[in-house]
Amino acid sequence: MSVASNPVAGRARKQLAWLDRRVMTRALLESLRKLDPRVQVRNPVMFVVCVGTVVTAAESVARPTVFDWGVTVTLLATVIFANFAEATAESRGRAQAASLRQTRTGTQARRLGAEGREERVSAAELRRGDRVVCEPGDLIPSDGDVVEGVASVDESAVTGESAPVIRESGGDRSAVTGGTRVLSDRIVVQISAEPGQTFLDRMIELVEGANRQKTPNELALTILLAALTIIFIPVCVALAPFAGYAGGQVSVVILVALLVCLIPTTIGALISAIGIAGMDRLVQRNVLAMSGRAVEAAGDVNTLLLDKTGTITLGNRRAEQFYPVGRVAERKLAEAAQLASLADDTPEGRSIVVLAKERFGIRERQLAGEHAIVPFSARTRMSGIDMGGHQIRKGAADAVRAWVEERGGQLPPDLTPLVERLAQAGSTPLVVAENASALGVIELKDVVKAGIRARFDEMRRMGIRTVMVTGDNPLTAATIAAEAGVDDFLAEATPETKLALIRREQEGGRLVAMAGDGTNDAPALAQADVGVAMNTGTMAAKEAGNMVDLDSNPTKLIEVVAIGKQLLITRGALTTFSIANDVAKYFAIIPALFVTTYPQLGALNVLRLHSPHTAVLSAVIFNALVIVALIPLAVRGVRYRPASASALLRRNLLIYGVGGLVAPFVFIKLIDMALAALGLH
Amino acid sequence: MGFGITVLVLALVLALLWRPLGAYMARIYGGEMRWLAWLERPVYRAIGVDPSSEQSWKRYAGATVVFSAVSVVFVYLIERLQGVLPLNPQHLPAVPPLLALNTAISFMTNTNWQNYAGEATMSYLTQMAALAVQQFLSAAVGIQVALVLVRGFSRRESPTVGNFWVDLVRGSIYLLLPISAVMTLVFVSQGAVQTLAGPAHVHDALNGVSQTIPLGPVASMSVIKQLGTNGGGFFNANSADPFENPTGLTNLLEIVLLLCIPFSLTYTFGRMVGSLRQGLALLATMVVLFGAVLGMSLAAEVGPNPAVRAAGVTSQSGGNEVGKETRFGPAASDLFDIASTSTSTGSVDAANDSFTPIGGAGLLVGMMLGEVSPGGVGSGLYTMLLFAVVAVFVGGLMVGRTPEYLGKKIQAREVKLASLGVLMMPVTVLTLAALAVALPAGRSAVLNLGPHGFSEILYAFVSQANNNGSAFAGLSANTAFYNLTGALAMTLGRLGIMLPVLALGGALAAKPKVAETAGTMRTDRPVFVGLLLGTVVLVGGLTFLPALALGPIAESLVGPGRLFG
Amino acid sequence: MLLHLRRALLAMLVLTVILGLAYPLAETGLAQWWFPAQASGSIGRDGSSLVGQHWQGREWFHGRPDPDDPGATGGSQLGPTSKVLEQEVRAALRAEHALGVEHPPANLVTSSGSGVDPDISPAAALAQVDQVARARHLSRARLRRLVRAVEQGPELGFLGEPVINVLALNQALQKLADRSR
Repeated sequence: MSVASNPVAGRARKQLAWLDRRVMTRALLESLRKLDPRVQVRNPVMFVVCVGTVVTAAESVARPTVFDWGVTVTLLATVIFANFAEATAESRGRAQAASLRQTRTGTQARRLGAEGREERVSAAELRRGDRVVCEPGDLIPSDGDVVEGVASVDESAVTGESAPVIRESGGDRSAVTGGTRVLSDRIVVQISAEPGQTFLDRMIELVEGANRQKTPNELALTILLAALTIIFIPVCVALAPFAGYAGGQVSVVILVALLVCLIPTTIGALISAIGIAGMDRLVQRNVLAMSGRAVEAAGDVNTLLLDKTGTITLGNRRAEQFYPVGRVAERKLAEAAQLASLADDTPEGRSIVVLAKERFGIRERQLAGEHAIVPFSARTRMSGIDMGGHQIRKGAADAVRAWVEERGGQLPPDLTPLVERLAQAGSTPLVVAENASALGVIELKDVVKAGIRARFDEMRRMGIRTVMVTGDNPLTAATIAAEAGVDDFLAEATPETKLALIRREQEGGRLVAMAGDGTNDAPALAQADVGVAMNTGTMAAKEAGNMVDLDSNPTKLIEVVAIGKQLLITRGALTTFSIANDVAKYFAIIPALFVTTYPQLGALNVLRLHSPHTAVLSAVIFNALVIVALIPLAVRGVRYRPASASALLRRNLLIYGVGGLVAPFVFIKLIDMALAALGLH
Repeated sequence: MGFGITVLVLALVLALLWRPLGAYMARIYGGEMRWLAWLERPVYRAIGVDPSSEQSWKRYAGATVVFSAVSVVFVYLIERLQGVLPLNPQHLPAVPPLLALNTAISFMTNTNWQNYAGEATMSYLTQMAALAVQQFLSAAVGIQVALVLVRGFSRRESPTVGNFWVDLVRGSIYLLLPISAVMTLVFVSQGAVQTLAGPAHVHDALNGVSQTIPLGPVASMSVIKQLGTNGGGFFNANSADPFENPTGLTNLLEIVLLLCIPFSLTYTFGRMVGSLRQGLALLATMVVLFGAVLGMSLAAEVGPNPAVRAAGVTSQSGGNEVGKETRFGPAASDLFDIASTSTSTGSVDAANDSFTPIGGAGLLVGMMLGEVSPGGVGSGLYTMLLFAVVAVFVGGLMVGRTPEYLGKKIQAREVKLASLGVLMMPVTVLTLAALAVALPAGRSAVLNLGPHGFSEILYAFVSQANNNGSAFAGLSANTAFYNLTGALAMTLGRLGIMLPVLALGGALAAKPKVAETAGTMRTDRPVFVGLLLGTVVLVGGLTFLPALALGPIAESLVGPGRLFG
Repeated sequence: MLLHLRRALLAMLVLTVILGLAYPLAETGLAQWWFPAQASGSIGRDGSSLVGQHWQGREWFHGRPDPDDPGATGGSQLGPTSKVLEQEVRAALRAEHALGVEHPPANLVTSSGSGVDPDISPAAALAQVDQVARARHLSRARLRRLVRAVEQGPELGFLGEPVINVLALNQALQKLADRSR
């Protein structure tokens, strides 16, 4: 399993330079193809620009002037730029999809027949429930669960992570993804996806933006933009009779130019690019969202449920210290602890052996002679070894205490206070006992990840409550929670209590995000508004969640939230910018529009633009260029730094609202000066 | 000096009324008021309504539409039959059909656009029992529709939004009636007329002048026309008429009456959604807009009238006195008329058509913003809330969440309804005004020539689509064309906005409440007030900038000394 | 829908009785009882003090150039860039000049909002003092005092403008002239 060393800082892996030539060429071609009216009609704002272009073109043909053609060409460019924005975003996805697709072609599978006979079939023929054999060097033909064996698998084709991962039957690491390669050992995989519906397929579909559904917020924004478009149609159309009343005439070309400048073309042109790019950013971070809806929901999350282990603390607890009780020597305790742990392959068990060696030089022994390993079980909550006449046990304090008392042993008086003290300090006390006497306590300690506290403070400022979920007892949990700086914790968590917690939060009107991997996480993942399943997890978990993290890094939940927010902010910011631009365009066009009707309205020409024609042209040229200028912003997303809503609003209103008010004044003036210099008048 | 004090006193009185009146309204519509139960309960029995029952938004909207239709028919019939009905001392004949229709719709929609001169057209019965009744009821309907929207925000997962009939009765009986009853007598004490006797015939021996002076039950109508932000005067001169508005004191009281409910409703709103600051944010937005519009208009109106200057009057130290009453003066008249156009009232204590170009632009802008500063009773609040929904949507995206307002997610449906409501007015105005200037029937009605004539037509549709009712009254609008287009504009401006508002109220009421966190965009902060102001100005007002350029802006720029005629 | 209709009709009837009959009739009763003069139009021997009258000749103080027809109230509605307005004001100015009022304040040559404005500004009254004094052979100082005596408002010292009720002024003028005869 690949837990990145600094999981908090997400690295964009498949980041393509957006100026990649191949991508650009393709996008350009695509943007011409998108001039098809059937495509255009899907975006009401740009459709109006299209119709306007046709009108001005007709005018230009009827009475050709440089000005009319200038406007017509600029309007056409506006439409193409909008198409280009969308095509750019899409082709970035396509390029990624192409590299993904390479891994899929022509995979052969060794399907197990009824009597264990193998037959070679194409991967495309595999159905859900088929069993296939994979050996070193084989590509796993489709998604599934390992039902037999354990193997190391290279998942770099999907995750981009080169370190191999272990996949084994049973447990929570049984899921394998089609297109990954087995490096060692033989496994049998039970296929869990129908052809064409594997993760790889879905991922390709997703990054290509095929069958993209508008997300809820995008839909709402489209409605608002349509309304803002509808409003301005009578505004402009009415101007012809209005000016006629005053005995003046307005040029149809200028009216169309005004209309195009007033309707929110900037955001209208970029809206789908923003959506596609948002999904793309998620994919770059190796998170696969099942729907755009889930990405938006991530931005809305109020409560994050974070597993303690792996997210808040470093993977595993480590033995820190031996605490003998009564008159037992520390070395004796260490020896007993080591013996009890020799057969314990868990990281905790290993760390006890390591500590014994570090402290007292006790070597790892081969267990010779008559012995019986007592494995850990959830019922007894202890493990140990029976050797000769010795029975050694280590385990949860109350379990071992009960075991000692059962054997008629007495507990030393200092044991209970010690256990409590350690638990309170956030450690896990393991009591070690031999026969009827307790020897002492091993302190297992959680190590809270560096920097995690600052991260949670950030979350708090964003208005997100963090809840640590752990199987630890409340005392231990409280200490770690305090150390890590989470807002709340759920101790002694079971799938049921987790589910209950999510429901409770949701009843309070909060949206909950969580990460999970095990089959028993599935109900909670399904209930959560954003459920990120770990790729290493079971298929059940993956299907219950609405996102899959291919890196299986639970901390990424935090990044997912940030990406969701960034997506929404980008839309809001560009909408604000687009609307604020209208003021300057009014001041450029209105005096030009009525120059014959009321020359006195030239007083409104506050920019002192060169001539009515250059004024109108400058406004439409600005309107077109601003789309191109903002494509990188739309594709990258506006800069998002976690902050409170108030701070974000103030900042973005200042940049995109006030900026949107001022910027066009400056640029329209500059374009006008350039046009005048070119001799236009 | 005196005017400055007037403004201060007005602000103080409104500030003092804000809380008690707002709280009183919250209690009325919450069903907590009982003191007029003796009057209220028999009404429910007569209508056959259980006061504890509630309706879905659809039934509520259905009742609104049906009641509005019945109102129109009722008023129309009385107008048509006034010749044979009692209380008609002047023996006025039936009102002509198109005028009667226009007037019936005008009063049902709270517009009170008057294509007639009351003293020469309407019998006492028509004024009292048809027009003034609508002044109560259309105001009550406006307020209760706003209340439905507020309930949408304050309730959670509720299938119902209130009961139309219960809200109607409560608003009329507990809110509008008692205040009117008291204020009528105050007005009469100042000189307003209140009589059922016919016109008085007088003869002045000093100058040999004989006059026939129409009288009537004036004061009782003058008060509700202000309180309900209706604006329909008993006399043609409206609040400029000394019998409606006799003194400086009544002038101030009339302003207080028309501003108090719209402003105080922001308190009601804040209280019902559980945060006064939320109400204060809306109030602040309204006050800033009102102040800006008043400031612009006032600065022009205390200056000279260009035509009067051109005629050779050297000193206009008092400001533009054309069409102003001496006892009010230009400044207080401007305050009155700005307050009236900013509240969808439309009553005037001066001749709007004779305002200076920019002074008149202030009147227009007050309406063009959508009547939200503070707007009509109820309609001001609900229109402002529509703008707030749009502002929240754009602003909410900018903080990176699905936008939410007062715990309610603003999604496609809400945006659709709010957009529809915001769109309705400008689209109606521009379409009909374009039609009017394009057709001879529209153009021929103007009195003044040049850009001012265009302003008269524009004003007519802005006023009617905003249910304001004031006019650049040089326009001769009692024609088939204007009676019909006006009726359409008024209906769209009323029901075309109310129905989306009711639907929005229903949609919001059905939603659960989302918890508020530091990640929630605060809607009770100055930043939001700024955002809301920007939304009102950019989305609401900017649509009219080109039209304004051809009207008052051109008129103010073509001078100095260039006259039309 | 039928239920709505039934309720709407009933509500309309009941509320009309309350708001359209009971309310205005009760108010009329109270008004006539408590403020009989005001409620009936403030009408005295020479007409209503709230309705302007047309005064002719040099012997009287004039009001604003209004139609002064209480049966058809309202302003002229002439716009600020109206040539007609300019001509009307010019005519009013000429008339004032003919009477010997050299610099009439604007309200004396412009029409009002009601068309029956009973008042003029104190300055407008003072501007006519010379003319009336000459015609009536009264001292200017006495007339000025007379003007000051009938000056009203602003109410409470700040509401509205100080005004001269033209009827009241002329009534006082007549009384003064009668006394000095």
